[in-house]
Amino acid sequence: MDPSAAMEMLKHGVPTSWYLTLSAILFSIGVAGFIIRRNIITVFMCIELMLNAVNLSFIAFAHQHKQVSGHLFTFFVMVVAAAEAAVGLAIILTVFKNRSTLNIDEINTLKN
Amino acid sequence: MYKLWLIPALPFIGFLINGIFGRKLPKMVTNLVAVGSVVLAFLWVLFVGNQCDWGAKPLHAHYFTWIRSGAFHVGWDFAVDKLTMIMLMIVTGIGSLIHIYATGYMEHEEGYYRFFAYLNLFMFFMLNLVLGGNYLILFVGWEGVGLCSYLLIGFYFVKKSATTAGNKAFIVNRIGDFGFSLAMFLIVVTFGTLDFTKVFAAAPGKPVAVLTAIALLMLLGATGKSAQIPLYVWLPDAMEGPTPVSALIHAATMVTAGVYMCSRSAVIFLHAPIAMETVAIIGLLTAVFAATIGITQYDIKKVFAYSTVSQLGYMFLGVGVGAFSAGVWHLMTHAFFKALLFLGAGSVIHACHGEQDMRHMGGLRKYAPKTMAVLACASLAIAGFPGTSGFFSKDAILGAAYEHAPWMFWVGVITAGMTAFYVWRAFWMTFWGEYKGHGHPHESPWSMLGPLVVLAFLSLFGGFLFNVPKILESMFPIKEVENEAMLTGISVAAGLLGIGISYYMYVMNTELPGKIANGLGGLYRLVYDKYRVDEAYDTAVVTPLVEGSRAVLWHGVDQGVIDGTVNGVGYQARAIGHILKTLQSGNIRSYATWVAVGAVALLLALGLGGGVK
Repeated sequence: MDPSAAMEMLKHGVPTSWYLTLSAILFSIGVAGFIIRRNIITVFMCIELMLNAVNLSFIAFAHQHKQVSGHLFTFFVMVVAAAEAAVGLAIILTVFKNRSTLNIDEINTLKN
Repeated sequence: MYKLWLIPALPFIGFLINGIFGRKLPKMVTNLVAVGSVVLAFLWVLFVGNQCDWGAKPLHAHYFTWIRSGAFHVGWDFAVDKLTMIMLMIVTGIGSLIHIYATGYMEHEEGYYRFFAYLNLFMFFMLNLVLGGNYLILFVGWEGVGLCSYLLIGFYFVKKSATTAGNKAFIVNRIGDFGFSLAMFLIVVTFGTLDFTKVFAAAPGKPVAVLTAIALLMLLGATGKSAQIPLYVWLPDAMEGPTPVSALIHAATMVTAGVYMCSRSAVIFLHAPIAMETVAIIGLLTAVFAATIGITQYDIKKVFAYSTVSQLGYMFLGVGVGAFSAGVWHLMTHAFFKALLFLGAGSVIHACHGEQDMRHMGGLRKYAPKTMAVLACASLAIAGFPGTSGFFSKDAILGAAYEHAPWMFWVGVITAGMTAFYVWRAFWMTFWGEYKGHGHPHESPWSMLGPLVVLAFLSLFGGFLFNVPKILESMFPIKEVENEAMLTGISVAAGLLGIGISYYMYVMNTELPGKIANGLGGLYRLVYDKYRVDEAYDTAVVTPLVEGSRAVLWHGVDQGVIDGTVNGVGYQARAIGHILKTLQSGNIRSYATWVAVGAVALLLALGLGGGVK
């Protein structure tokens, strides 16, 4: 796609597929970070990233279909994310207090 | 009308009361319930016997239909004719006496109430057996008395020998009962009913081969219950039970069930000559065989046990030669004198503080003269002393045997001589000479002696009082015997000779038995070891069965197939779990990886499948 054609397309608004592509990229970064990183706070941020990637695709579809339910879901997700942040950070603080580490591989007491 | 159901119901109520509440009841109440229920049953039998018009048809009572299948009906029916009446009198009468005796004999035993509960239950089943109006009710009683016999032989269940003896009795009887079951199946197939009256009415028209098969299978049942060759081996071991049990179940009543059953089925047997001959020969063989063993035994109860086997053989001889009423007569007189012998033996054992070996007795006439007097009556009766009850019945059987085949008579006479010998041998060894046991022997209490006196009276005069062949004449016609006086003389002489020889050997010349035993050597050992029949059965049947069961059924089927299946399922589940548990590493990142991989796989699958429609 040459730049002029792209500019032409943008006059009618950014296409939904671009949003979706961005959402997929953000989600993949989140997943990769979740799997690869060992620091709990980083892992936690990766979860937030994934949630927001999903929010983005909700909004994109809501815009495309001209329906409000996408926004509704986004608000729910944001509320849950906020609650999760509150609980999650509290847990992380407690874990650090008790174990003096934030390495996720060392926190495996639920095994067995 | 006559409330026949009351007769077995009374002991059953006694069983329920003693069985359920006995542990908490005082001994007096247990006694009262146990003895009272049987005595009341006896009185009711007397009442029915008195009220009933015996000229008419047998009493018949139908309570309910038990089994209904197409045209085949089995009801809970009781039927009473003269034969049943005689059996009822014996069972309840002797039963009452033995219950009274047992209150004295068992006084210091553990599980007193349990003993009487079982004894009452036995009475219930035995009365069912004799009252039953069809083969199935008879069979219910037949199995029930077997159960009670098992329970009572193993009454001292902490003794290994007692439980083994109980098992042996039960298992050996199982073989006989199997024969009896087959006989019943054959009757159902042939006659379409199990009712006595219908079967006997239709029997004359049926093929002889079928009737012979039925009769022989019944005989197999009878050899089990009534301890005949080849299934007699359980009875001598059954003496592990308390002595009143030996007297009631293993001498007077249960073991005679086979004789009763054969007499009841007389019509079938009469139409099967081969079966009759077999009955006679088995009876005769058993009589001789057991008598020879009885001669050599030292345990007083074992002597009387083999004597019972031998006398039962006599009864079967009577039945086999067609003298059913003589067989039943001997059944009755035997119940008198053998119950007395056993109860007397119990009194002797009681006097000697539990000693059963006659070599450690002797001289008891000084210490227990009353016991001696009643045992003398019983010993005279079993030896066939003229005028005593045993004389009449034995004479009737031997006379009929002579009519049938003279050789049977002669074998019977020899057996009679041996019978007199071993019973009087026991008598002399127990009461004459010097006391060789431990402790101080003592006479028994009156609760034990009372029944003995009644039985002694019956042993002496029972033959005059109850002329069974005369009573049963309408059922079993009496055959006149030629040369009766001579035959009687011969058998009496044999009996007296037996008594005389035993007196000579065990009182006058006490060295002699040992010398004879040494002289006979191996033969004596063989007889003393009961012809090693038990050992032969062990080698031929028991051991292969046990080993086969161990190898095939236990190690093969049970451990291999059944346990293998159950355990195999467990092992497989564990093995699969072993593989799957590696997934549960406890590492969050690996879980996340699996989730991601799973999600991708799902998406790929959806994509390849053409997306969501």
